[in-house]
Amino acid sequence: MTLLQIENLSLSIHGAEILKQVSLDIAPGQIVAVTGESGSGKSMTALAVMQLLPNGAVADGAIRLQGQDLLNRPEAELCALRGAATGMVFQEPMTALNPVKTIGDQVMETILIHKAMPRAQARARAQEVLTRVGLPPDRFPLSRYPHELSGGQRQRVVIAMAIALRPKLLIADEPTTALDVTTQAQILDLLKGLVREYDMGLLMITHDLAVVANMADRIAVMRQGEVVESGATGDLLRDMQHPYTRMLFAASGHQVTLPLSPPPRPLLEVAQVVRTYRLPRKGLFGKPDHHRAVDRVSFTLNRGERLGLVGESGCGKSTLTRAILGLDDVQGGSVQLDGQPVFTGHRPNPAVRRKMQVVFQDPYGSFNPRHRVARLITEPFHLLDAPPTGSERQDRIAEMLTAVGLGPDDAGKYIHEFSGGQRQRIAIARALIIRPELILFDEAVSALDVSVRAQILDLLADLCAAYDLTYLFISHDLSVVRTITDRVMVMQAGQIVEQGETGQIFSDPQHPYTRALIEAAPTLPETGMNVA
Amino acid sequence: MLRYAFKRLISLLISLVVASVVIFAVIEVAPGDPASFMLGVNAQEDTLAALRAELGLDVSNAQRYLDWVGGMLVGDFGTSYTYRTPVSQMIADRMWVSLPLALYALILSTLIAFPAGIYAAARRGKPGDLTVMGATQLGIAVPNFWFAMMLVLIFAINLRWFNAGGFAGWNKGLWAGLHSLTLPAIALALPQAAILARVMRSSLLDILGEDFMRTARAKGLTYRQALWRHGVRNALIPVLTILGLQFSFLLAGAIIIEQVFYLPGLGRLVFQAISARDLIVVESVVMLLVFAVITVNFLVDLAYAAVDPRLRSRT
Repeated sequence: MTLLQIENLSLSIHGAEILKQVSLDIAPGQIVAVTGESGSGKSMTALAVMQLLPNGAVADGAIRLQGQDLLNRPEAELCALRGAATGMVFQEPMTALNPVKTIGDQVMETILIHKAMPRAQARARAQEVLTRVGLPPDRFPLSRYPHELSGGQRQRVVIAMAIALRPKLLIADEPTTALDVTTQAQILDLLKGLVREYDMGLLMITHDLAVVANMADRIAVMRQGEVVESGATGDLLRDMQHPYTRMLFAASGHQVTLPLSPPPRPLLEVAQVVRTYRLPRKGLFGKPDHHRAVDRVSFTLNRGERLGLVGESGCGKSTLTRAILGLDDVQGGSVQLDGQPVFTGHRPNPAVRRKMQVVFQDPYGSFNPRHRVARLITEPFHLLDAPPTGSERQDRIAEMLTAVGLGPDDAGKYIHEFSGGQRQRIAIARALIIRPELILFDEAVSALDVSVRAQILDLLADLCAAYDLTYLFISHDLSVVRTITDRVMVMQAGQIVEQGETGQIFSDPQHPYTRALIEAAPTLPETGMNVA
Repeated sequence: MLRYAFKRLISLLISLVVASVVIFAVIEVAPGDPASFMLGVNAQEDTLAALRAELGLDVSNAQRYLDWVGGMLVGDFGTSYTYRTPVSQMIADRMWVSLPLALYALILSTLIAFPAGIYAAARRGKPGDLTVMGATQLGIAVPNFWFAMMLVLIFAINLRWFNAGGFAGWNKGLWAGLHSLTLPAIALALPQAAILARVMRSSLLDILGEDFMRTARAKGLTYRQALWRHGVRNALIPVLTILGLQFSFLLAGAIIIEQVFYLPGLGRLVFQAISARDLIVVESVVMLLVFAVITVNFLVDLAYAAVDPRLRSRT
């Protein structure tokens, strides 16, 4: 018998159509993955099952949990079901927990809200559940607050809250998207184990096709509020019917061909760089400790070379990036571009600064919404002694916008008129406009949907051919780094533990940490290649 | 937690020292000689010198600063230039009116604002919310002395429930004292409550949009339960900040209300002292207010830590 049956579910919010005739089934013990790009309606499907839709949502069709329709049920009955019959795990473990309550209280709350029992008994239950999800009370007492735990540990607490009453249906909305690959692998294992042990149905929402392929028994692919294709995982992967499904999988494993890099001639030389942060004092009069975020890092980036930097969160990637850009002074070692120091004394060196540009991760937050595109992309001109003016300036703007696949007409528009992918193109145009010697891409494609990401990667490859780019590509995403770089460095705990030719590192990693990273990254089985 | 408190205490002491130097410098170094002011323009030079000596104005600035601070530490605020009575006594008398009045108004304002703000947030966009927001708009826009006059008109002149002004004094019992402070406290509290209610509402609305509120709902909590158990405590942090600022204002900013109700409070004392160039009184009252503000901020800091565990560990 099916556990959850979604039948012809349509949903509109304040008149805007969000879901169209969505149908899905989940059996006990089954993992069903709903995948698709942003705006496809996959999260709304999950929230519809929980009946936690935003105000103004009107649903039509049927959502049956063990034969009982959830739509149009009184709120009191829904509250009794949520947390008891259905549990939910969310994407962002950093914000999914109440910061002012202990983890014990938060797990106990699920139990106490549904079952009247003495607090001591609920506490014992909470301890059991937390132990099951890998947080034994002897190491993680119930009195811990969320901020004292890492992202992966917090996600375990969220899972503990969701499964405390052994719900029949667990919904996980991008449960590992915010986590590092090694943590992701552990959380996915935990979820798989729980499904088997409790015979739960798992509705998993994720954009990551490699995760989908490895986890799910069935897959539903959504686009613009519709399920375009669904089926058993093996069948669907073998025989994709819908062109959109094929496009998604192709884009996930998208490869680009970079032009050959010229013979090595050093451009950026990083030697023994140390960057430390002061920690709070231990005692009142004790000496403060220091944390080495970057620990004696040395490498050389050659002219025309595309270098990757991978590592998990907290490994020091961003700190190193800031040091290279000259945003922070370093405590030891030197960073030189073209033989000139990034820092002269304790001041940033403007002569070097104008030779570097950066493209950031967030295409939404990195532009001033009140400026037009022409002003946004010409911002780096202030670094020049004689910035181009008049028609020369116009020509440069037009050239850059064309180079990144937009039109000269876009110069007069505001940033809110562009999609995420287009904004990232504008960010690239902004970086490129003063023809810097070096560009840093800091997780520049991480926030993009796979199809858009594939286009941006193509654009980068084209730009490499047209402008002989030299760049440092910082990312946690191994599959992207694999295709877009010539050489790669692996960073762990402030140190570069391995560096070499990209192909070599991926096919024959030497350092145990590199091996662990590559192993933890889920793979797309159909094409037989690592996807991460 | 103890370390956090200790650190806050150290910063409190430093603030006090800095504030005392600034106050002394601004007021004492300001032009104008109290002695010549007291004796008038026709005073003889030797009379002036004698008075300056009597007032302790004839030594160096540093010496006078140390005397002033040292005196305050043992409760000796000096002697008023105009009234020739100990400043500490004058302040103490007024304090017995101003402090209870400020506390009274603060409690009233909290009692009105918290329920109103939470109610409005819980019914965002609905008639209840709009009503509360309209009322707070009015409360902010209308000056408190107008409230004061209306209160006098209705409750003192028409209904005769309260006296129109004056302070009965505490020696006639707690009730008599509170009774005569009730109308002024309400007049003071209404605009403050209006501000506080709006802060409470917007802070709570921010929290209601947080991920953990959705998590709470996914656990099976009703909207109300989630609001009270997870929302309110998180929403308190900005509210506490405003509350701290308001107390400081209520303590000394009540001058108009004191005037309307003929209350012998600190506000009137400062006002009179400034007009009479009674610098020693001004200095002492200002220092006292600074002390109160800094102490309240210290208490607010401790309250933050009580509310938010992240502050306790981040010393």
